[in-house]
Amino acid sequence: MKPTTRSPLLAVDDLHVAYGKVEALHGVSLRIDAGRIVSVIGPNGAGKTTLLSALMGLLPARGEVHFRGEAQARIAVEQRVGQGLCLVPESRELWSEMSVEDNLRLGAFHRSRARAAELRADLDEVYALFPRLRERLRQAAGTLSGGERQMLALGRALMGRPQLLMLDEPSLGLAPKIVREIFHIIATLRSRGVSILLVEQNARAALQVSDYGYVLETGRVVLEGDSRVLANDPRIVESYLGLAKKAA
Amino acid sequence: MTFDIAILLTQDGLTNGALYALLALALVLVFAVTRVIFIPQGDFVVLGALTLASLQAGHLPPTLYLLLALGGAVGLIDAVACLRSGRAHAVGRVLLIELGYPLALWALCHWLLPLSQSLWLHALLTLAIVVPLGPSLYRLVFQPLAQSSVLVLLIAAIAVHFALVGLNLLGFGPEGVRTAAFSDAVFEIGSMFIASQNLWIVLVSAVLIVALYLFFERALYGKALLATAFNRTGARLVGISPDLAGRLSFAVAALVGTVAGILMGPITTLYYDSGFLIGLKGFVGAIVGGLASYPLAAGGALLVGLLESGSAFYASAFKEVIVFTLIIPVLLWRSLKSHDRGSEE
Ligand SMILES: Nc1ncnc2c1ncn2[C@@H]1O[C@H](COP(=O)(O)OP(=O)(O)OP(=O)(O)O)[C@@H](O)[C@H]1O
Ligand SMILES: [Mg+2]
Repeated sequence: MKPTTRSPLLAVDDLHVAYGKVEALHGVSLRIDAGRIVSVIGPNGAGKTTLLSALMGLLPARGEVHFRGEAQARIAVEQRVGQGLCLVPESRELWSEMSVEDNLRLGAFHRSRARAAELRADLDEVYALFPRLRERLRQAAGTLSGGERQMLALGRALMGRPQLLMLDEPSLGLAPKIVREIFHIIATLRSRGVSILLVEQNARAALQVSDYGYVLETGRVVLEGDSRVLANDPRIVESYLGLAKKAA
Repeated sequence: MTFDIAILLTQDGLTNGALYALLALALVLVFAVTRVIFIPQGDFVVLGALTLASLQAGHLPPTLYLLLALGGAVGLIDAVACLRSGRAHAVGRVLLIELGYPLALWALCHWLLPLSQSLWLHALLTLAIVVPLGPSLYRLVFQPLAQSSVLVLLIAAIAVHFALVGLNLLGFGPEGVRTAAFSDAVFEIGSMFIASQNLWIVLVSAVLIVALYLFFERALYGKALLATAFNRTGARLVGISPDLAGRLSFAVAALVGTVAGILMGPITTLYYDSGFLIGLKGFVGAIVGGLASYPLAAGGALLVGLLESGSAFYASAFKEVIVFTLIIPVLLWRSLKSHDRGSEE
């Protein structure tokens, strides 16, 4: 571990990821300090999903990734989960054949040694965040609506009590009211000490909720900075916020 | 066919069918979790019966050598893996578990065999010896191949099958064995005679099926297995290791096979190579369920049992032919069904 003034929760250095021979990420570096919300914005196909998958260990990658000071190169997905890393993937990967409650309970699988009462309390907390899930707790996850499925994916991730939560487009396909709820939840999570890496198409909301932002274009970080500064950067306003401004 | 004969055949058919149903469920589980078509499933039946027979004869079963050899190999591989990932402190524990267990079991058999002739004790020892072979085989053969295609996994499964048949011949010899019955009592209900061994088989199979159901419905690890079967990536994302799930599913398969062997031993003469046909009948049942549906697989296996005993009566020389010919219409029906589903999507 390099001696730094304050070692970051996650440090990514010169990350390259390729699908076969085609490289999708060409040397991405970023860092996330504990207790922060960091957003990554960028156009379709920029490599945002690729970045999160590689950080989770789902894709082989070249470059340095340190989580809580530990090199991640040889660490399997399941072990990263055990260390406190958690990904809500773009494809959600729920168990559609299983009930909502089973999906949530399995979210706490790596904490199976925790006391039953503690798990029950966490479950109630998730239900308090998403009352719709409680109404449907015996329903198969595959029969949920798109928005309910998003809530379930987020709820399942919370059941694992992650230290760093990576969210891939949590607002995808949601009604504006639910989007606001989701971003509100993201903001509350920070106050509980959860750090968040947020990938979003909704650049305005992402920059509003986050502390720091990266702009990813065709596999490279082209711009980074304080979220408030980024939100006023003319390049960002033009390409990412312009349309949103008209719509708002 | 008189009524009496029909009753008798049905009884035989249901008894064997219950055993095939157990095997079919294990096959579906193993395939769903690991994509391995578990050809050696029937060999575990034979291992169970032969190990029990040799315990009943007062010998130390040669299966203990196999357990020790596999344990040693797994211990070695895991120890190297520990050293490579810089967890040198775990090496001692790994070796202790993998080698200590077979050695302790060995000593236990040595000590207990002259002391007691209890059938229950022998059955328990058989389970303790044979079941751990399942997860060890997964660790040694299938875990390194976890990313391979279904075809490669099938070839590996066939190789394991032949290896087990060869080792059975080496360890137990070519003679067929029959184990002592749990009880010789025969019940008379009206004009029907029911052998109590058959009742035992149906009862224990039913209990095991219910136990498996509860395991998947209630226990966290049962759900974790199902979760891996339904969506591997989802399972990994909550920290369920595919290796753990694979080993667990092989343990369930080995348990089911061994129990079937213990139950089948008294009613069927089993040889070192009988496993293939037995496993295949479970497989026909599993195919009826498309290697995916548990109830259909169990139902299909019961059907196989009934068909087998019926054809044994009418055309005993063609018993196996008739049973395995069943697979053709079933496959046709399934391919039509899956074709329908394909065009819907
Ligand atoms: N499985 C794959 N095989 C080959 N190429 C892929 C694969 N997945 C993604 N890519 C390519 O990698 C690049 C980055 O894709 P990625 O999904 O990471 O983009 P993204 O930023 O998440 O886009 P979006 O905003 O649309 O979700 C794209 O050019 C894509 O075509
Ligand atoms: Mg994406």
